[in-house]
Amino acid sequence: MAYSVEFQESLEKIEASRNGRLGQGFPSLNLADKASLLETYHPDFRMAEKREIRVGPNRGGVAPKELVDLLESPSLLIPEAVDLTKVDSRTDVLVIGSGGGGVTAALTAREHGAEVLLATKLRLGDSNTIMAEGGIAAATLPEDSPVIHYVDTIVGGRGKNIPELVEALVNDAPFVVEWLTSLGVNFDRLPDGAYYAHMPAGHSRRRSHSVKDLTGLEFMRVLCDEVRNREIDVLEFSPAVELLLDDGGQCAGAVLFNFDTEEYFPVEAKATILATGGMGRLHPQGFPTSNHYGATADGLVMAYRAGAKLLYIDFVQYHPTGVAWPEQMLGLLVSEAVRAQGAQVVNVDGDMFVDRLETRDALSAAIIRECGEGGKGVLTPTGMVGIWLDTPLIDVMGGEGTFLRRFAGIHSRFKKYGIDPIHEPILVYPTQHYQNGGIRVNVDGETDIPNLYAVGEAAGGVHGHNRLGANSLVDIFVFGRRAGIHAAEKIGRVKIGKLSLDHIRAYNESLVETQIFSEISSPMLLPDYRFEKTLSTVQYTKGR
Amino acid sequence: MLNDIIKMIPIYVMGRKYEVPQGLTILKAMEFAGYRVKRGCGCRGGVCGACVTLYRRKGTYQLNFGLACQTVIEPDMYLMQLPFVPAHKAIYTIKNVRANDSDVTKLYPELMRCLQCNTCTKACPMELDVMGYVAAAMRGDLEKVVELSIECVMCGVCAVRCPAELSPFNIALLIRRIYGKHVIPPSPQLDQRLKEIRGGEFRKEMEELEKADEAEILERFNEFQATKGEAAIELGKEKE
Repeated sequence: MAYSVEFQESLEKIEASRNGRLGQGFPSLNLADKASLLETYHPDFRMAEKREIRVGPNRGGVAPKELVDLLESPSLLIPEAVDLTKVDSRTDVLVIGSGGGGVTAALTAREHGAEVLLATKLRLGDSNTIMAEGGIAAATLPEDSPVIHYVDTIVGGRGKNIPELVEALVNDAPFVVEWLTSLGVNFDRLPDGAYYAHMPAGHSRRRSHSVKDLTGLEFMRVLCDEVRNREIDVLEFSPAVELLLDDGGQCAGAVLFNFDTEEYFPVEAKATILATGGMGRLHPQGFPTSNHYGATADGLVMAYRAGAKLLYIDFVQYHPTGVAWPEQMLGLLVSEAVRAQGAQVVNVDGDMFVDRLETRDALSAAIIRECGEGGKGVLTPTGMVGIWLDTPLIDVMGGEGTFLRRFAGIHSRFKKYGIDPIHEPILVYPTQHYQNGGIRVNVDGETDIPNLYAVGEAAGGVHGHNRLGANSLVDIFVFGRRAGIHAAEKIGRVKIGKLSLDHIRAYNESLVETQIFSEISSPMLLPDYRFEKTLSTVQYTKGR
Repeated sequence: MLNDIIKMIPIYVMGRKYEVPQGLTILKAMEFAGYRVKRGCGCRGGVCGACVTLYRRKGTYQLNFGLACQTVIEPDMYLMQLPFVPAHKAIYTIKNVRANDSDVTKLYPELMRCLQCNTCTKACPMELDVMGYVAAAMRGDLEKVVELSIECVMCGVCAVRCPAELSPFNIALLIRRIYGKHVIPPSPQLDQRLKEIRGGEFRKEMEELEKADEAEILERFNEFQATKGEAAIELGKEKE
């Protein structure tokens, strides 16, 4: 497989220009240029790709049209199919989703005395967290401080972040690192025990703590093991399809679906924590995605139907360095740490066209421009286009063995397809990576609906319009812990009334009243890649 | 969509034959054949271990394991996904487990039954030296276990194949947790930072920032960016 003949000419140019580029930077964008670049080329600013939402709490607002299609669809659940007078399953805290946020909320609520049921669509731990390569941001080094972390986060978020959420994030972050270490996470360390931290784009200090390029995998292995050790009840292959409310309008649990037996069953809970992740698998604007199989925005749909407001839901993060070749790896992520470690971003001729440490939004826009109007992209045999990430520079600059030591996972994944990133560059193109917004929450993860919490990517506000790298791995733990504690302390005061799915009926009726007739129902639960859909390549290079 | 350029090859999913385009991964080939995978698919990126698949190539007798999202199909491949592995996992409180091999063998006494047959290593879809880390675990060399098992995706194939009935992946997980918690020395820098935050050292500055307008925030940001020094790439500073 490796690089076929089509790539050879460009590869030779990269080789030829490498020594000349060594140690050279590219001027970073000033704020005005960055703003204009984003406005012209960043997918977030393409209003034609977004649509107005015509029903529900965000009526009149906009969102990616793929999400609006789900929000404007009737429920997958026929309310009459569930007998709410016979509820067999009751718990204090129902956690939906078992990525980093959900597992942390479950462990924390349990630690604070609550009975917990953890329900998850796929296996325990299947999530975007497990795929996170880069690291977790926390101001732990002496030259850093939560104040600097705060400022960086706000600037990265284009000033739209909710200040108190950011304050909670940066102040709790070092405690999260301590907590994970105390559970036995093998962070990259120096011999004296000091944390080895690196500086992802948009950060002003070294503060991303990693476990090689397997950071999320190590976290999830440890946390899922701890869930088993604490003997928390886990229901795998049991996605939630709708929330339950009671006659007082409080959240009272959820209706789950058993993927194996195809039965719906209600679970009554005094507190419900949504940790269902984002919308990557809706493929907003036709982009490939770095997200796991289950990232279909189920939590957004359920919470929205129950009356929760969504915040900044029209802002989607495109990671600049998704894999463009080989085809089998299309859309998968190449960690930002690869750039932090020295890999430059170069075009088909081997020329730099952007500072490799621009924030994700700006670098994505620059790559889209270079491949589109610039005409300097590298065309693949399957019709994708991409830009080189010149990984061999990492060993050239850092000494032989640096790449393998830092990026063992990336190396072995490419090696399977005959590409050796130690000696050959890799081809990248922006990939849908993260939903910047989500369900509106406060510092304890509480949503607009009493007893309903949202944490992690499902929640919105802390990252403003654009999340900085390494800030999501910390977000999930900070707010997972906060929601877990808050829920465990609140349940003693919660009285659940008569269970109801009337909000589903009302929502379905509002669709009819608004003359919206959808051909699908939601939540989606899993994307459909069957038959020819398997082969659909994605293409997006145009400016506005 | 399908055109003449795409060459179709036969594969067998649980014995049933399908014609699918060559070059696909096992996962995409099954989807092309019409399977909407529920069990047997997770991250689609080679790290979660959900999609491990048992396969045999035509004309060979060996059974192989590969991740469906990473392994490219070959003509006449016989495929079966492993939906679940009921492997043994010990229950423990990590803070009470000590960094010595006797605690490991107390929780996993079967560790010492390892036959050194190397079946686990041959089966591992991540190509890890599984027998190597099991041997290291038997010697009590925890650091070596961490080094050799750090890429484990917990698919459980080693446990399925082990004739001595070990769950190597769970033993390695226990040892990595012991190592991370009890062997790596704590960071005084982190302790200091936690003390500062608890003492409210940054509170005042943070409150001022929350009231600051966009221009002030940007000014601070530029200040911080200007003083970030050479830390962006820590050339040569990285120690092992």
